[in-house]
Amino acid sequence: MVVPTESRSHRQALIDAALAPQRHPGRVLTTVAIVLGIIVATGVGAYIYQLMSGIGVTALNDEVFWGIYTVDLVAFIGFSYGGALVSAILRLTGAAWRGPITRIAEGTALVTLAVGALFPVIHLGHPERVWQFFTQPQLDSPLLWDMVAILTYLLVTVFLFSIPLIPDLAIAETSVDGWRKRLYRRLSMNWVGTPEQERVLGRATTALAILVIPVAVMVHTVLSYAFSLTSRPGWFSTIFGPYFVVAAIYSGVAVVILATVLYRRIYHLEAWIEERSVRYLSYLMIALGVLYGYFTFTEITTEGYVGEESATNVLFTILLRDYSVAFWTFVLLGLVVPILLVAWRRTRTPLGMGVASALVILGMFLKRFLIVVPPLTRPLVGDEVGIYFPGIVEILITAGAAAGMILLLIGLFRVFPVLGIHEMAALGNEFEDLPPIPDRGDTS
Amino acid sequence: MSFDADTMLAHGVTSSLTGGLGRPGLSRRQFLKSTGALGLSAALLGVGLERVLAADDLDSLGKLSEHQWTMVFDLRLCDGCRDCIKGCQKMHYLPESAEWIKVYELKDAAGQNYFMPVLCQMCQEAPCVRVCPVKATYHTPDGGIVVDQNVCIGCRMCMAACPYQVRVFNWDDPPQVPAEVAQSDPELQIPQQKGTVGKCDHCLHELREGRYPACLESCSMGAIYVGDLMTDVATNGVETVQLSKFLRDGHAWRFKEELGTESRVYYISGWGEDLDY
Repeated sequence: MVVPTESRSHRQALIDAALAPQRHPGRVLTTVAIVLGIIVATGVGAYIYQLMSGIGVTALNDEVFWGIYTVDLVAFIGFSYGGALVSAILRLTGAAWRGPITRIAEGTALVTLAVGALFPVIHLGHPERVWQFFTQPQLDSPLLWDMVAILTYLLVTVFLFSIPLIPDLAIAETSVDGWRKRLYRRLSMNWVGTPEQERVLGRATTALAILVIPVAVMVHTVLSYAFSLTSRPGWFSTIFGPYFVVAAIYSGVAVVILATVLYRRIYHLEAWIEERSVRYLSYLMIALGVLYGYFTFTEITTEGYVGEESATNVLFTILLRDYSVAFWTFVLLGLVVPILLVAWRRTRTPLGMGVASALVILGMFLKRFLIVVPPLTRPLVGDEVGIYFPGIVEILITAGAAAGMILLLIGLFRVFPVLGIHEMAALGNEFEDLPPIPDRGDTS
Repeated sequence: MSFDADTMLAHGVTSSLTGGLGRPGLSRRQFLKSTGALGLSAALLGVGLERVLAADDLDSLGKLSEHQWTMVFDLRLCDGCRDCIKGCQKMHYLPESAEWIKVYELKDAAGQNYFMPVLCQMCQEAPCVRVCPVKATYHTPDGGIVVDQNVCIGCRMCMAACPYQVRVFNWDDPPQVPAEVAQSDPELQIPQQKGTVGKCDHCLHELREGRYPACLESCSMGAIYVGDLMTDVATNGVETVQLSKFLRDGHAWRFKEELGTESRVYYISGWGEDLDY
């Protein structure tokens, strides 16, 4: 196994850092994992109850027939876009600071998508009939496009995570033992780092990076089509495609930042994950936040200025009436505060950026709720207003899914290296201005 | 003005009846697409034939265009008693919460209240059919739209797409249906299944047997007419009218015409004049 440019001990230190989450987790982390596990189990239990009793156990009704499951679907799949895009765009543009964060980015993309992709099924009245998507597809249906796009995206995301992992597994094989060793050996597929292997890996990674961008744009565009291809006021909008795409990247980059900050802090990876990488990601995030704020503004302005009655009815419900608290909370905590936290030098610390990204994640979840639910509460005929607040089953399933994503990410990096060893070593310049590596007992 | 099947095919059924309300090119295309083309191509391919047609023998192909059902609501007569809702629920064994026909109390331009019953508008360019991912909701050869309860996955996309808000979800088990009433035919939607979307089925099960829809039967005001575009006849169960003349004389309009759904349910508002019948 050949890793270019670096001394043996330095390389071993990097491998040890990448495998740090595999060490014994300690009491606090074990407790966290157990609590998350209980929340997941409760969510699974709630879903089993819903399966047995029917979807009537939710708070959904004939007016508001899509609720928090649809929000989960859009939000969680949106989260995955940030990871996929960060990894892809930074690779394609050759940004050297990407080294320490691509693996975490790809990992978050994978786990959030894996959980998000469950919700198209969870929200069905007859989930056992989902196979009919394949046996009698109706090609005109936006939901069929959703299904095709999500499954394609899932496939690409699996490859996006696993292909760059191949050399790392070969490199780290000697540093792990037991079942991990066998797993690493099998999955590394005889990687020894020959020029031919490097060439193939480089081409595959580039091809995936190019591929994942249009695929992800497609996913979020057709997700928006489930809303905008109807004649409903508040949904029937040409901006919805790009609106959803930007929302997805915005919230997704926040997920990558939060995961990076947490891994960096908990496993003391400060020497490997430079603050610079987190900072650049945060700049990207607030740029997207400004863009999303602009989209929100322009959507409101076009609808409000013209003042077509059904559209302004939905608009004022969100801005001024029933949902105004939620909307302005989103504007403040989901847009303004995160942007200020990153913009202001004194709060532009890992902690500040972590808080900013957490606010963005919560704010964008709330915003998706505001996209899905308020338009449904306004009647298309007559004046009977729909009412919806998620029921206990829906809340438990949503909480279970959120906990499940975190638990999956923890599990993923209990098994696989959390840093892109090969990529970091190949980028080389990562190491030049680093502080001296503490002696971690290099045994080789 | 007289109508026969060939004239209708040539000019488009709805547009020739409403004198410009419809769009001739589209409705003709739609008509051919939704009936002949769909039925024939399915028959030729042998794919899903039993779902396109009520019966799966080739004889029924000949019946494709024998009737093209339509409904007319004379709003001058509707007093908002909601008997149509009760009749419909009884016919289809629906819980009280499931209204396949709804009666709205609306205000006209002069500020007068009026009642407007709304059921499935029988769109020939139906948004609900287009968005169903598994072809569970589809056009019947006689102009109706039904949901195959055995296919519907309960995604509710059709509820999002329907501009008329006429689709209802079966959140719970429907009331018990006597065994002799239960239908195995997917177009005859009794009983409903929990977890699927339900909607007005135009009482095709009654119309095809020569009986009236339940809402019409239970309307004591005679405000509900069922008609046949092929024979240009409509009736409210008491009197029979020439459909095209009735629509023209009453300045009939279609709900949300601007959405291009090419619906087959007509409304007559009247202008406050005395009724001569």
